[in-house]
Amino acid sequence: MNLPDDAQAALDSFAHCTGWEQRARLLMQWGQRLPELSEADKTEANRVHGCESLMWLAGKQVDGHWQFAASSEARLIRGLVALLLVRVNGLSSEELQRVDVQDWLNQLGLSRQLSPSRSNGLNAVLVRMRELAG
Amino acid sequence: MLLPSPWRADFPAIAALQRQDQTYLDSAATSQKPQALLDALTHYYANGAANVHRAQHLPGAHATQAFENTRHKVTQWLNAGECGQIVFSHGATSALNLLAYGLEHQFNAGDDIVVSALEHHANLLPWQQLAQRKKLNLVILPLDADGVIDLEAAARLITPRTRLLAVSQLSNVLGVWQPLPELLALARTQDALTVVDGAQGVVHGRHDVQALGCDFYVFSSHKLYGPDGLGVLYGRHEALARLQHWQFGGEMVQDADYQHATFRAAPLGFEAGTPPIASVIGLGATLNYLANLDQAAVEAHEAALHGLLVEGLKQRQGIRLLGAPQLALVSFVVEGVHNADLAHLLTEQGIAVRAGHHCAMPLLKSLGLAGAIRVSLALYNDSDDLERFFIALDQALELLQ
Repeated sequence: MNLPDDAQAALDSFAHCTGWEQRARLLMQWGQRLPELSEADKTEANRVHGCESLMWLAGKQVDGHWQFAASSEARLIRGLVALLLVRVNGLSSEELQRVDVQDWLNQLGLSRQLSPSRSNGLNAVLVRMRELAG
Repeated sequence: MLLPSPWRADFPAIAALQRQDQTYLDSAATSQKPQALLDALTHYYANGAANVHRAQHLPGAHATQAFENTRHKVTQWLNAGECGQIVFSHGATSALNLLAYGLEHQFNAGDDIVVSALEHHANLLPWQQLAQRKKLNLVILPLDADGVIDLEAAARLITPRTRLLAVSQLSNVLGVWQPLPELLALARTQDALTVVDGAQGVVHGRHDVQALGCDFYVFSSHKLYGPDGLGVLYGRHEALARLQHWQFGGEMVQDADYQHATFRAAPLGFEAGTPPIASVIGLGATLNYLANLDQAAVEAHEAALHGLLVEGLKQRQGIRLLGAPQLALVSFVVEGVHNADLAHLLTEQGIAVRAGHHCAMPLLKSLGLAGAIRVSLALYNDSDDLERFFIALDQALELLQ
C-alpha cells in the first residue's frame, strides 16, 4: 500500500532513531504538527476517555476520505496521535477499518505504546476512529 | 551505597527486574514477593492441593490446617486477640463491599455515613452506592493543607446522625498517617460503626486493632508482600454479629433446603465459595518472614529512604508535593509539565512509578489536578533505586521544560 507523504516522512525520521531521548524529541516535534482542534470542537461528545490526559478527537469525511483532528494536553501523546493521524488521514472508511495500526507503530519503533496496559489513550483513539467510520 | 537494603536479596523479582533495567518504585500499587512466599506456594501445589473445611481426607486436613494457621498468624499480626475474628475475602475492595452490603440493613433513610476526602475508590464507592440505595447522606471530612483529616471539622461533621465512619489509615496518594484515635473516638461517642482501610497502613509498622478500637479493619495481602486475590477483614465480635450474609454458596452454609437455608457465623459464614487457599497459605509464609525481621530496622530504613526522596524532590525547581508526605510514598506534579509526559519519559528510562489519579479521583480533583506522579517505596528499595529515579527525572525534565 502506498503511504501518504507525511507517513513516509515519519518513517524516515524514526528509522534512524537510536535512543529514547531522540525518540522523545521527535515525538514532541510531530506533536507540534498535529492539526489542532478548535476550542469549539473540544466538546464532551468529542472527548476520548481512557487517557491519562484530556483528549479530543473529531473526524469528518471529505469526498469519501477521512480527515481527523485531535487535541491532547500532553505533548508526547500529542506526538503519538499525530503519527497515527498521518497514517489514517485520507483513508476511506473501508481502508480505515483495515489499517494495521500495530504494524504501523512497529515500523516506527513505537509498538509498546499500543499495549493494553498503556493508559496513554492511543487504543481509545483508535476505537473512536473506527466508531466514527462505522 | 548510602542506604543499602539488607532485605533486597530476599525478593528475587527485584534482581530479575534489575536485569531488565527496571527500577521498581510502585510498591503502593503492589509489592514484590519474598522467596519464603514463593517456596510456600510451590510446596502447597507440589505436595497436594485440596479444598478446605470440606474433606475428611489427609490432603484436605493438611490444607485446612495450613489455611487456619494463617488465620491465626493474621490474628497475631493485628493483635486481634480474643476480641474479634479474621475473615478472608478476595481483596480489600471485596472486603469493603462485603461491609457495605452486609451492614445495609443497619441504615435508615437520612442517616449519615462519614468518609474522608482522601479515600481510595475502594473505601468511597461502596459507601457512596450504599448511600444511594438507602437514601443516606455521604458526609466528606475535609483535609488540611498537609493532607491530614481536619479534626475540628470532623468534630462538627460526626453527629448523632452518623451511623458509620470509614477512613483510611494512610493515604495512598498523600503518604500521611491519619489521626485515627481521635476520629474513632468521635465516632464511638455517637455509637457509629467504624471501618479502617488499612491497605497502605498495614504495610508500614505494626498495628494493634485492639488498641485502635475500630470495629472493622481491612487490608489486602498483595500490598503486604503477600499473594494477590486475598483480602483480610478483621471485625470485632459485636460488630461482626451485626453483619448480614452477603454472598452465598460453598461452605458458608449451615443447612440448606430447596426453599430455605441457614448460614454459619463469622468467619466461615462470610467466606462463600472456595477461598483463595494457596494465597492464604502464602500470606502465612509472608507473615512468618516479616515477623522475623528487625521491625525497628525496617522502619528506620524506610524512613531514611523516604527522607532522601522528599529531600531530592524539594531540591528541584518547579516540583510541588501533594500534602506533606511522612512515609512510604510521595506524589508530585511539576509546574508546566503534564504528568502523562513525565510518566512516559520515566517509563522509557525503566523507572516504574505510577501516574494518574491513583484510584482517588475526587481527591485529585479537589486539589485541582488531573493526575500526579507517585513514587512509592518498600523495604527492598535502596538509595541506588532513588539515584536512578532522580537521574531519569532530571533527564526527562530537561527534555520537557
